[in-house]
Amino acid sequence: MIYLDNSATTKPCKTAVEAINNALCENWGNPSSTYSHGISALEIIEDSRKTVANFIGAKPDEIFFTGSGTEANNLAIFGCVNALKKKGKKIVSTAIEHPSVLEALKKLKDDGYEIVLLSPNENGQIKEEDLRKEIDGNTILVSIMLVNNEIGSVEPIEMASKIIKEKNSPALLHCDAVQGFGKLPIKVSNLGVDLMSASGHKIHASKGIGFLYKKSGINIHPVIYGGGQEKGLRSGTEAAPLIAGLGAAVKALPDPNKQLTLQQEFYLKAKEILSEVKAIKFNSPDNALPYILNISIDGYKSEPMLNALALENIYVSKGSACAKGHRSYVLSEIGLSNDRIDSAIRISFSRENTLEEIETLKNAILKITEKMRRFKK
Amino acid sequence: MKEIILIKNGELVLKGLNRSTFESMLIKTIRRRLKDLGKISIKNAQSTIYIEPVEDEFDFEEAIDRVSKIFGIAAFSRCAALNKDMDEILSVVADYVKPALSKVKTFKVIAKRSDKSFPFTSPEISAQVGGAILSAMPYLKVDVKNPDIVVSVEIRDYAAYIHAGQIHGAGGLPVGSSGKATILISGGIDSPVAAYLMAKRGLTLNAVHFASPPYTGPLAEKKVKTLLEKVAAYSGDIRLALVPFTEIQEAIAENCKEEYFTLIMRRMMMRISEKLAVASGSKALITGESLGQVASQTLPAIGVTDIVTKELPVLRPLIGMDKEDIIIISRKIDAFETSILPYEDCCTVFTPKHPRTRPTIEDCQEAESVFDFEPLIEKAINETLYTRITRDGEAV
Repeated sequence: MIYLDNSATTKPCKTAVEAINNALCENWGNPSSTYSHGISALEIIEDSRKTVANFIGAKPDEIFFTGSGTEANNLAIFGCVNALKKKGKKIVSTAIEHPSVLEALKKLKDDGYEIVLLSPNENGQIKEEDLRKEIDGNTILVSIMLVNNEIGSVEPIEMASKIIKEKNSPALLHCDAVQGFGKLPIKVSNLGVDLMSASGHKIHASKGIGFLYKKSGINIHPVIYGGGQEKGLRSGTEAAPLIAGLGAAVKALPDPNKQLTLQQEFYLKAKEILSEVKAIKFNSPDNALPYILNISIDGYKSEPMLNALALENIYVSKGSACAKGHRSYVLSEIGLSNDRIDSAIRISFSRENTLEEIETLKNAILKITEKMRRFKK
Repeated sequence: MKEIILIKNGELVLKGLNRSTFESMLIKTIRRRLKDLGKISIKNAQSTIYIEPVEDEFDFEEAIDRVSKIFGIAAFSRCAALNKDMDEILSVVADYVKPALSKVKTFKVIAKRSDKSFPFTSPEISAQVGGAILSAMPYLKVDVKNPDIVVSVEIRDYAAYIHAGQIHGAGGLPVGSSGKATILISGGIDSPVAAYLMAKRGLTLNAVHFASPPYTGPLAEKKVKTLLEKVAAYSGDIRLALVPFTEIQEAIAENCKEEYFTLIMRRMMMRISEKLAVASGSKALITGESLGQVASQTLPAIGVTDIVTKELPVLRPLIGMDKEDIIIISRKIDAFETSILPYEDCCTVFTPKHPRTRPTIEDCQEAESVFDFEPLIEKAINETLYTRITRDGEAV
């Protein structure tokens, strides 16, 4: 099996599986219990919290575990809006956010908020002048993703932070960092974010775990109420095993600076290999995160191509795994034609992929395009 | 309190000569459909079919849902079965009929006493039961001419039965009473509805689906199976033939004139389906075609596909229906949400840009004659895989 769909999910790493297993089998007490069996579960959680915090240059008490990246995004958005609704009615975001942000904003629009979705340039990046124009004294939330999940464009978070300060806007800055966490060297203070979401299963931890970074001193409201876990921000018994897995997966991450350089080299070589196929056009911008490569195979529809590659045991995806069956709004936002969108494929790497695998992918595409029928434009 | 289901003969759709055959078919179907819910006893007496749970843990609500999907039953009743004891009847009746009467203003009670040893006459029973209901729900009024709901009390051989109002049955004829036919199913909205409608006329179903990997994927096949599960809740189990169709489609696209792609493809599907259907004992093919809905469903287009079948009639129950009407039925049988899942089906990749809408038979024959499809048809039939779809999924 050649797995090239790592932006959909990743294979859990060995140490994460061991940590999860250990927490499930040995330390399965309730972290809120006062006897040692519960305390050991609590210690596992706090250990992971420190690891995660360290990794992004935050303090442990700024990390709040959630059930997914989607939940972290929802908590950030609704939590912020509910806390700041007296200060303004405007929310600025982008047209290429993940559905977990866009759908939440749609709900807020129904509730009467003014939602401004900025369109990116042809490289998939939000423009400075648009941010300057839209962020104002009435804006209570600016939510921008760090890395786009379909094309890998990296968004100017620092700039948004700078503009919020310059304009003296009451807005909190939220960043959906699900695709960038663990891959880009992130320090929350450099990014200038107030809130940041990430997910475990994109970095070789398990599904069912994510977290929200919340800068200390910032006040947002909970979305889930109950026993007051996670300092009241996310009630519900902590998923100690999954949190342990997340901590272990973060510990197993290579140094992000060094790894990014290596990955950049890999990415360029992979593109070089794939450009031997004439029908391939690259949809990801040149400065994309070198883990996501969106291509179109001219004249071949995405779905048959995915099916054909799957028959060769090569797994890639069509745009985002979350947008099954719909024409990608991200590709359409960066100005691609419908034909090109209909033949788009997202190849997404992990640090474990090899160039031999890319060679195999190239040969499979060549073989398939030779045999399979092109669609009529 | 014990509950049972009563299906009266007057509520069976069928009457006349074959009634006893149909009745026994129906009873067999009921038995089969309810089998996994627990032990039941089914009696056919006094012009009534009695379905009576034997075990306490019997899922009665599920049984009601399943009986409402059995063709051949126009209406049925859900009854409390009581001892033939007036005090017991009077103590239970108000509570039992309360849910049905809570939505209406007027009612009347009809009592029937086929067991004449019961010490009260029918009018006496009606009066006492009516009184019990009125004292529990004083806001109701009795209306003997035009009541919103009729509460029935029947004193029969086995027990006394109380019910309030009938439940609509699925109508139609008992499955199997009309024989067996084969539905061509693609995964769209129409074919499951066509399958449902013909099963309703008493047909047992087989199905044929054409798969063209890699142009179609595993999800498209799963979708077809899910749709057949929905139909199987009404029709009973369906035998599904999965025909590998890629080579034929590629050969058509490779060799034939583009504007005939879809027509020739459909002619191939009809040929293969007929052979499979004959081999399995089907007496007809069923399609979900609706006149004029798409380019391949114009009258000339239907004509050139119809003519390739040699032995079997092609039933097209949707032929005169509008899409909206089809969708209403699709929703009713809970197939719609599945039907609109957006996977490539066998047709989308090879769709011609300008399909022929007024083809002639001669044109089609000529367009086909450039290639010898016979060996590919034989191969597809030989490589066809079979599976059985039940209400609960694929039988293994």
